Amino acid sequence: MCIAIPLKLISKEGTKGWVEIGGTRREVGLAILPDARVGDYVLVHAGFAISKVEEKEVQQLLELLSTVS
Amino acid sequence: MKYISEFRDHKLVGRITHRISRIAKGVGKQIRLMEVCGTHTMAILRYGIKELIPPNIKLVSGPGCPVCVTPTQYIDRACAYAHKGFLIATFGDMMRVPGSEGSLVEEKSKGRKVRVVYSAMDALKLAKSFPEEKVILLGIGFETTAPTIAASISVAKEEGIGNFMVLCGHKLIPPAMKALMESGEVRINGFLCPGHVSTIIGSRAYEFLARDYDIPCVVTGFEPLDILQGVNLLISQIYQGEAKVENEYARVVTLKGNPAARGLLKKVFRVSDSQWRGMGIIKDSGFSIAKDYSRYDVQTRYPVEVIPSREKEGCRCGEVLRGLIEPRECALFRNPCNPSNPFGPCMVSIEGACNIHYRFGHKGKL
Repeated sequence: MCIAIPLKLISKEGTKGWVEIGGTRREVGLAILPDARVGDYVLVHAGFAISKVEEKEVQQLLELLSTVS
Repeated sequence: MKYISEFRDHKLVGRITHRISRIAKGVGKQIRLMEVCGTHTMAILRYGIKELIPPNIKLVSGPGCPVCVTPTQYIDRACAYAHKGFLIATFGDMMRVPGSEGSLVEEKSKGRKVRVVYSAMDALKLAKSFPEEKVILLGIGFETTAPTIAASISVAKEEGIGNFMVLCGHKLIPPAMKALMESGEVRINGFLCPGHVSTIIGSRAYEFLARDYDIPCVVTGFEPLDILQGVNLLISQIYQGEAKVENEYARVVTLKGNPAARGLLKKVFRVSDSQWRGMGIIKDSGFSIAKDYSRYDVQTRYPVEVIPSREKEGCRCGEVLRGLIEPRECALFRNPCNPSNPFGPCMVSIEGACNIHYRFGHKGKL
């Protein structure tokens, strides 16, 4: 039930936004993430964006994992 | 998919499992780590993580499936409202959970008004489209989902949608983790903390556990590499004799969480004691609807009486939820209890431990 997936925000209008998944668009609520910007990847749960995906952290983790020994 | 496939890289999985094996050897003793979240349980079984880690590390499921910890009485209450002609809007997982007399899907088959929605806003749309109906959204879920329900209540108030109400059954994760530690019956050496709950409450929400109960905590994501790195960080802490909160899922989880979501929760709900299936009443572990929004609280506006609830005989969901037994240790598991004929909620929800073990448990082992 706490499933959430990272999707790209492609447009925004007030507290509503649209994300793209496999070439289709879906409306998401932005009430919980009002600062999301078009082009951001956002984590979508039950029709709402709940968090922004930080690219910097993604790279840091992948680098860290590639040096694990 | 971006930000998913990167975290399924088999070369990196090889590196990290190698490291886990090395540290686990160093630790020597049996280690029990609890994944609190049902979405973690699903990822662990689905990706075969249990087979990638050494035998002295055991992953134990916890109480993190919202449908599973919802008491039977809640289902009975929802069915009672359906009987009275209210239109019930619910996330799909709740449909087949058995109540004392039957499930919502049985209510629907008798012609009562029960609709599955994907989002709280869909329920609000139903209320707008059918002004003659009294629509009740079943407010089930942890800190991840509760803000979405709070948002729908807030919009209902702003737009004056008077036929929209919520049956509030939201629960909070850290108090349940505390209750597990207090009970003393679960022997665990570390927590894989729920990643998506943490996007809202922040990694700092677990600091009291590390401090007061000396237990390592790692906020963890849901892809195979995330989970393995979570296990790696936990056993590294155990090896070093440390107990602190680490955040493996920093790409979406911050120290303080999501301020807009927490603001909405504070505005619409108040923290209250809550009844958990298998765990009893836990202090300050749930939400009820705040006075300013009582018009949207169906229990305040249209109270119904329900008879004391009955659990199905022999069902051991409570022990599964507390991490005391594995699903296969229940005499009902597989036969007669299975997803087509569930006796308890853990076999219904796709995030319930019994359902997951039924679907992904491997030949002979389970």
